[in-house]
Amino acid sequence: MPESLPIVEMVGISISFPGVKALDDVGFRLFPGEVHSLMGENGAGKSTLIKALTGVYKIDEGEIRIAGEPRRLGGTADAQSAGISTVYQEVNLCSNLTIGENVMLGHEIKGAAGINWRATHRAARETLEKLGLGHLDPKQSLATLPLAVQQLVAISRSMVAKSKVLILDEPTSSLDANEVEQLFTVIRRLRDQGVAILFVSHFLDQVYAISDRLTVLRNGRFEGEYRTEELDRARLIATMIGKDIATLKSLDAKASRRVRSDEPPLYSAKGIGRKGAISEVDIDLHRGEVVGLAGLLGSGRTELARLIYGADRPDSGEVTLDGEKAEITTPAKALARHIALSSENRRDEGIIRDLSVRENLVLAVQARRGWARPLPRREQDALVEKYIAALGVRPADPERPIRLLSGGNQQKVLLGRWLATEPELLILDEPTRGIDVGAKAEIQEYVAALADDGLAVVFISSELEEVVRQSDRIIVLKDRRKIAEIEGGHGVSADSIVTIIAEDALGDERADAVVREEVTS
Amino acid sequence: MSTLTSPSAEAAPTGIRALAKRVTPQLDTLPTAAAVVIFVGMIVYGEAAYGRIVQFNTLSNLLINNAHLVILAVGLTFVIVTGGIDLSVGAVIAISSVAGVMLINAGWNPWLAMLLMVLIGTAFGTVSGILIQYFHVQPFIATLAMMFLGRGLASMLSTEPERVPDDSPLRSLGEQLKIYDGPKVNDIVLTPGVLIAAAVVAAAFFMLHRTRTGRTVYAIGGSEQSAALMGLPVAKTKMSVYIISGSLAGLAAVVYTARLGSAQNITGIGWELDAIAATVIGGTLLTGGAGFVLGSVVGALVLGLMNVLITRDGGIPPEATTIITGGILLVFVLLQRAVLARRRE
Repeated sequence: MPESLPIVEMVGISISFPGVKALDDVGFRLFPGEVHSLMGENGAGKSTLIKALTGVYKIDEGEIRIAGEPRRLGGTADAQSAGISTVYQEVNLCSNLTIGENVMLGHEIKGAAGINWRATHRAARETLEKLGLGHLDPKQSLATLPLAVQQLVAISRSMVAKSKVLILDEPTSSLDANEVEQLFTVIRRLRDQGVAILFVSHFLDQVYAISDRLTVLRNGRFEGEYRTEELDRARLIATMIGKDIATLKSLDAKASRRVRSDEPPLYSAKGIGRKGAISEVDIDLHRGEVVGLAGLLGSGRTELARLIYGADRPDSGEVTLDGEKAEITTPAKALARHIALSSENRRDEGIIRDLSVRENLVLAVQARRGWARPLPRREQDALVEKYIAALGVRPADPERPIRLLSGGNQQKVLLGRWLATEPELLILDEPTRGIDVGAKAEIQEYVAALADDGLAVVFISSELEEVVRQSDRIIVLKDRRKIAEIEGGHGVSADSIVTIIAEDALGDERADAVVREEVTS
Repeated sequence: MSTLTSPSAEAAPTGIRALAKRVTPQLDTLPTAAAVVIFVGMIVYGEAAYGRIVQFNTLSNLLINNAHLVILAVGLTFVIVTGGIDLSVGAVIAISSVAGVMLINAGWNPWLAMLLMVLIGTAFGTVSGILIQYFHVQPFIATLAMMFLGRGLASMLSTEPERVPDDSPLRSLGEQLKIYDGPKVNDIVLTPGVLIAAAVVAAAFFMLHRTRTGRTVYAIGGSEQSAALMGLPVAKTKMSVYIISGSLAGLAAVVYTARLGSAQNITGIGWELDAIAATVIGGTLLTGGAGFVLGSVVGALVLGLMNVLITRDGGIPPEATTIITGGILLVFVLLQRAVLARRRE
């Protein structure tokens, strides 16, 4: 492949946002007929690079060459005319229109009397057939298709635009295994037709299954371009987080420095569960310990967190706090017992966009006091000052509307909101999602410091590496049940958790096979 | 490799899905079909109860008297399909007709004045479009402001009825042409205004169903964000729908003034709501993304026919007209909700 000319060549790309250099002198090459994965932690600059290539962001420095020609891309339509199509994590089609129209929108075939619908639908069918979707009726409404198939329709759309470059940004995050396989079949077919495919996914297995080459970014910088077979997972992760493997090991060891005390657990649940959300789980949480919840998307991490907090009412099991039986069935009861949850959905369930940093920060304290007893302004200011300083919120302006802060700083304010309620048990659901690397490291350090101070912390992240680094103990979830509980420290890595999950899946398959045999015999 | 989650059973098309496949395409047309059914029902009821409804002259008059409403409803169909709204059309009629008639009386070339009447609407639509697309003002607020502006300008020009000279070419657009001479006064009669309305409907139908701009209108109504990411010209199209709606309001002013022979600053109060009602009754979803221009025509005729029936009945106080309109509207909106709920499943 690399013998031919690259279809996309990005040279010396730099993009700055206020206060952050999102991309710093990054290079990227994409060849026809290859699947190329862009790798990096959250905030490494993957999405910025993609947005530069699709014309959403203007580049400050550097050059983008498409098929050897320097191009300035001013927007989605511009990128499309340059032959670059993008399929996003969320399906971006119009569900009020038919499948055929969605495939052909903007490229309808015109006849003497305007759009020739018969020819347009025929062209849509041909395009769908090329991707193995010939069974779909182009005249059927898009809304009747499952999400995964809609994703494939979005890909066939880019084929109509005669795209030479297809960008797939986290296309698999809401697909199940069969659907992923279906998607991969389509991707391979396109690759064989000479389309250059840029693939982004946080599932390492998928990256290794589909990619020919990898480009790794870290902190907005180019770390290297590799053939997939010459870079094993451990080295990939090491490159992504910028530590050699030996240092990683020592970091792991450092993370497990906290020793669990012998005192009884702060929180102990026996068989709590909720129908449709998570099956019965036993869980103990100790003071001074970070417990990580690991698992894939939809494995029940958030559901378990909500159950502990009482945001959803458990329909089985019992809970003891410091050995006493407790009923935690509403968030108010949880707050009263010093349990706090910071939601994964920062935008909708976390910050209140138009309120100031101060107002957002005192919200939970105020809620616990009740509206009849407003928190005196002096106490508010003292609280806000304390947490802005402790968490390093920037800019340190309590009266600034929170929507003007970066994601990382918003997250710090939210952390402050819950810390201000003086919790004994703090549940953090995806506290580092979508924030830049610097803020992420600060939050990780702060969480560790909180545990050192004797707080019980539950830490949830979709990045397994992060869970491994942060946690003293890890509860592994899969398909809405607990499949393992492991001590952090030596020998535990993201890979070992992936192995646990994969083995469990294999177990399922074997069990299925046994059942099938029993049925047939 | 990717067997991290347990493989689920092969998704086979079940009976329910096959059924949904058959029903869904028809769900979109259901409200429009219902409007046609109601229209026919009203005609049948009117003929049975009062007589002389299914007659050439009654139906001709229905078209002549509602030509302007049909034109307005067509314009609003464009806007509403994108998920927007245009409240300014009634006031555009006022400013456009008052200005046009005054210019004719001041000695302007009547044809030029008529062109200007349409262009006044175009200008209002352009400003609404710019406010909405580039200043991100809510369509409701932007066109409400334009409504007040139009009404105010019309009142500044004149508060008296301005008469069109009887020999003006403007009047000729309202002249009744006998197409078929029936017994007594039972003739088929049309006016150039009706023909203009018919041409507008045909052009709008072609544009919405047979051009890329038209399909972009529907795509924007389905999801504006998706339409933009698909590389469709969203800004241009959104501007266009408000310009179309404004221009058609100007054209409706020409047709209406031609029929009536005079213009006044209080003309057209509440007509934007009649036009919205016609559009909704005709099956266009207020949330955007679905609707038919022919449905809006039926919707306008349902409203017109209702007025005819109430007049014929004689026993229903005219004040009750709005209550009945409201009732019909409510039925249709409830029907649409049912359709939307089905679609979401």
